[in-house]
Amino acid sequence: MKITMAHGSGGKSSAELMKAVFAKYFKNDILDRMEDAAVLNVSGRIAFSTDSFVVTPVIFRGGNIGKLAVCGTVNDLLMMGAKPLYLTSAYILEEGLESELLETCVSSMASTAKEAGVQIVAGDTKVVEGNGSLMINTTGIGLIPEGRDISAANLKEGDAVIVSGYLGDHHACILSHRMNLENTIESDCAPLNDIVDRLFDEEIRVKAMRDITRGGLGTMLNELAATSHCGIEIEEANIPVREEVKGFCGILGLDPLYMGNEGKMLAVVDGDDAEKALAAMKATNHGKDAVLLGRVTGDKGVVMKTRLGGKRVIDSLYGEGLPRIC
Amino acid sequence: MCVAIPGKIISIDGDTAVVSFGGTEMKANVAMVDAEIGKYVLVHAGCAIEVMAEDQAKELIDLFSELDEIV
Amino acid sequence: MNTEEVVRYLKNYDGPEVKLMEVCGTHTASIFKNGIRSLISPRIRLISGPGCPVCVTPTAYIDRCIEFAKEDRHVLYAFGDMLKVPGSKGSLSVAKGEGAKVELMMSALDAVDAAAAHPELMIGIAAVGFETTIPTYAVALARAIEKGLSNLRFVTALKQTFPAIEWICENEQGIDGFICPGHVSVITGSDAFVAFAEKYKRPFVVAGFEGEHLLAVIYEIVRQLEKGEAKAKNLYPNAVRNEGNPKAKALIERYFCAGSAVWRGLGAIPNSGMYLREEYGNFDGGSFGLDDDIKLPRSCRCAEVIVGRINPCDCPMFGKACTPTDPYGPCMVSAEGSCGIWYRNTI
Repeated sequence: MKITMAHGSGGKSSAELMKAVFAKYFKNDILDRMEDAAVLNVSGRIAFSTDSFVVTPVIFRGGNIGKLAVCGTVNDLLMMGAKPLYLTSAYILEEGLESELLETCVSSMASTAKEAGVQIVAGDTKVVEGNGSLMINTTGIGLIPEGRDISAANLKEGDAVIVSGYLGDHHACILSHRMNLENTIESDCAPLNDIVDRLFDEEIRVKAMRDITRGGLGTMLNELAATSHCGIEIEEANIPVREEVKGFCGILGLDPLYMGNEGKMLAVVDGDDAEKALAAMKATNHGKDAVLLGRVTGDKGVVMKTRLGGKRVIDSLYGEGLPRIC
Repeated sequence: MCVAIPGKIISIDGDTAVVSFGGTEMKANVAMVDAEIGKYVLVHAGCAIEVMAEDQAKELIDLFSELDEIV
Repeated sequence: MNTEEVVRYLKNYDGPEVKLMEVCGTHTASIFKNGIRSLISPRIRLISGPGCPVCVTPTAYIDRCIEFAKEDRHVLYAFGDMLKVPGSKGSLSVAKGEGAKVELMMSALDAVDAAAAHPELMIGIAAVGFETTIPTYAVALARAIEKGLSNLRFVTALKQTFPAIEWICENEQGIDGFICPGHVSVITGSDAFVAFAEKYKRPFVVAGFEGEHLLAVIYEIVRQLEKGEAKAKNLYPNAVRNEGNPKAKALIERYFCAGSAVWRGLGAIPNSGMYLREEYGNFDGGSFGLDDDIKLPRSCRCAEVIVGRINPCDCPMFGKACTPTDPYGPCMVSAEGSCGIWYRNTI
């Protein structure tokens, strides 16, 4: 079946689509009441975030837009030290979308939400003219436990900077699909609850966290350094990039430092907790390839010690990464 | 000025070869080189421009033996 | 020698100040990426030459590309780095937003495939490049002829590095040695520099693109200068043969011939351009006479930056009217041009 404008009319077709696809996968006490708005009992400090997801292709190795839409918002909440609780899910479907494709994404969204421990409590669907693709917006709230103070402004000289695993996988995977390049690179798209929970369970003194999405590691490090008015020094030799991704980057002239990930994070922790934090991360499924990247310094900006022992400044990404010959 | 990267020839069909760059495979034109399966070629803008003489790790070691020793 | 010994030597160098020019933009990028400047004495200055074929395209060329892409049922194929180069009324990227049909290519062969698949469209190739890239256009043209295509046009801005190096040697006395372009030399051969070394009495050393290659080439040139030598040498024998790639050279010779060309910010350099031969003129997309260049404001000093006479920060435009997001002269157009690098490291 293909989605038509009638599925967005609010009439009978809309109700059928709701029943056949969304209600089939999204089920919980709050949503099932089918009121105009979800009513939630939450008290305390709330983290609140929203993100819209547009990706071509919508299904890729390692995930799809449904999974991505949960991971993106859940990870944003987690990075503030919050425990993610509730998500909304708003779908914009383009006319001509195959309902099987939609179902794949919805089903994946439901299972990822389960994995991430969040409930989808409100939703919306619209149909627009187009070419059979879909876009999703999710908004999420999470509760920040008492005593947690996670902020990009917390960095102090001597703090340790840890990255949770290999960089560039998601970006390389999506570009490979788009450019018809044959490889087996998989998106790293994942909710990072296990890593964050573990860090707090082990009572690591976490200063700041960031998921390394668009802009890549280089941009995230610069944002952290600028917000905290300090410097960060990292070691090139420690930056984890898979050989296959390196090869891919070579072809397109891309730098993994500026490539987006969907299941990787940076954690800045008290310098004395560095080894303990690294061990904690490595003990988790999504953090098993974690490495200690470098340290916070009293200088300004981000500096990398290169493989040959030289130093270079790492800037934020500007412009877009385009295939180049120069 | 000219980005060119080494890749390994996986298969050849006429003037076109499949070249692997650390696992990512791409087609490259090999009209300008003596292509052989298993050899490393330097690829620029979709064309192999030269066959590499040896692997890069070994080359970088040899490179320094070329240089003038300081006594 | 090994890497550590070479680094120790270059770091402790305290002889006369020397200026070395890397002609190739990919060398500039690698110097930056490996932090080479931090590994050598400040008495060894590295200067970025006019080594990026994209950055030195005159504005008239960009204007012609945009004009082509805006015509009905035309599509222009271009490399990604071409998109932001400013023409007289904006870049290809801006034109794309206004409805010009511009597609990114990885290879000129992509455009040939598109022309074969879409006989109803006129496919253009924004053919920029130095000696390394020129044979790839020859391969594309050969394939187009073989397929009998009549809907493919080359809008060329092809340049040869040798006349440009010669121009620099003739016009600028301050450069003590040249780090010669590795991938241009793959095509031309390293022997091509022997005559230069003899004529201009300076070292000309071909290098690869790893950090180690660059340390080795800098060491080699500095040692030659210390010993009063001026030799051509190939430190990239893994890819570069003395005689170059004869098949590639034959392809260039068959389809292209030399002519004068304008380099953004530098002006016309005789014989530094490459154009389709007359017999293939029906494949040309209006590449001749594209000599108008940006009227660089009088305060733009790119020409002096390129030859190493001044540092980027000595230019009054630098970081003010000329930035990476809104570049004026060729040194700022590419993130790896002298001014682009300087900007990233100091601002």
